[in-house]
Amino acid sequence: MVFLQIAAKDLRSELRTKESLNASLSFAVVILLLFSFAFDPSSEAVAEFSGGLLWLVFAFAGALILNRSFARELPNDCLEVLIASPVSGAQLFLGKTIASFVLLLIIEVICLPIFGIFYDITWLPQALPLLGIFALGTWGMTVLGTLFSALTVNLSLRELMLPMLLYPLMLPALMAAMRLTTILLAGNAIGGGDIVWLRLLIGFDIIFTALSLALVETILVR
Amino acid sequence: MTKNIRLGLGVLVGLLLLRNLYVILFNLPDEMEQGPIYRIFYYHLPAFFAAIVCYITALVASSLYLMKKNLRYDAIAMAATEVGLAFAAVNLITGMIWGRISWGIWWAWDARLTWALICWLVYFGYLMLRQAIDDPTERAKNSAVLSIFAFVSVAITYKAIEWWRTQHPGPVLSIRTGQQLIDPVMENMLYMNFLALATLAVLMVIIRLNQEEMQRQIDGLRRRAHAI
Repeated sequence: MVFLQIAAKDLRSELRTKESLNASLSFAVVILLLFSFAFDPSSEAVAEFSGGLLWLVFAFAGALILNRSFARELPNDCLEVLIASPVSGAQLFLGKTIASFVLLLIIEVICLPIFGIFYDITWLPQALPLLGIFALGTWGMTVLGTLFSALTVNLSLRELMLPMLLYPLMLPALMAAMRLTTILLAGNAIGGGDIVWLRLLIGFDIIFTALSLALVETILVR
Repeated sequence: MTKNIRLGLGVLVGLLLLRNLYVILFNLPDEMEQGPIYRIFYYHLPAFFAAIVCYITALVASSLYLMKKNLRYDAIAMAATEVGLAFAAVNLITGMIWGRISWGIWWAWDARLTWALICWLVYFGYLMLRQAIDDPTERAKNSAVLSIFAFVSVAITYKAIEWWRTQHPGPVLSIRTGQQLIDPVMENMLYMNFLALATLAVLMVIIRLNQEEMQRQIDGLRRRAHAI
């Protein structure tokens, strides 16, 4: 259960400084504000692409959180010590993924009501299934994002490289999450032909979690 | 020796491409519904397959690198990805030209087109990542991992016309559908041009590998000169 200790350590240090949490949350709100200039926010059509808007905000905010995941360990050579410690790469990776997952989920839960107020979207009746979709989509994003965070941690251009690599590859999960969130925000239940998107999302999470756990050791060992 | 192989392969590819171009333009009839524009398929589809072959080569070479840690495999993965990107670009551009004539628009956001573009961006990201890392072993290791992840997008692109209802035409080759949907003469021509483009891809990968080898030698000489 070392991964839980790593996750707790990351969460503790983040909650003490609130460095990426504050930056990412304010960035999310700024994007929510910017959207209102791109289209008519009072239009009824907003409901049709609300899931897409919301997940774009999450993806942008997520990149900020994920960038810090391994970069946080760079000062004082903490990363080298973590890698040299008897903790396996998979445990370290899992701990960091869980920490980013929790942080991003906190941001999403704060953004949802703000989004509802700004764009007149009713989300409360579907709150529980929405949380489920958020969790599944966010796990896909963080698992892939944490791996790429490890991959790009030593680059001078890491803030640019991470989204550049992450966004195209996480598209299956993003597409499914956008679709399912739109369905839920329109007040409908997920069923019938939409189950395929849920399957895609779960399949993505399982495949990429397994692939990342298998390959992360290779990335971390120098 | 390798120079002769390259030259021989180059002549072979040149002749094959010329012969195919002649047959496509002058011997084959127009397609019943689409007219002359259908001829672009003889480059569109084989370029896609050539790109897929390159991406598979990159995947295998990357996996081999991770197992054997031999930088030669990393060079093969890099060369195959670069060449694959060029062929994927040919596939995208010819598709857009065909779309403009047949659909009236350059780009339709349907699943196959979107995935082909995503695939291109993912592999472009691979090359960007390589550029950003200076240390050869670090670069080889990290890009090999990314190449394995990137291949997921190739698999999705390949299956996209079956998984989603797309505007893009469905599979036509009899080896995939099990039925003869297009004239066997036209299908054979597609295979012939695939052979030509695949040989061209092999030639390009060999040239790129040779350049890489030269670069390594130059770097080595430079280091020795500095040491003196």
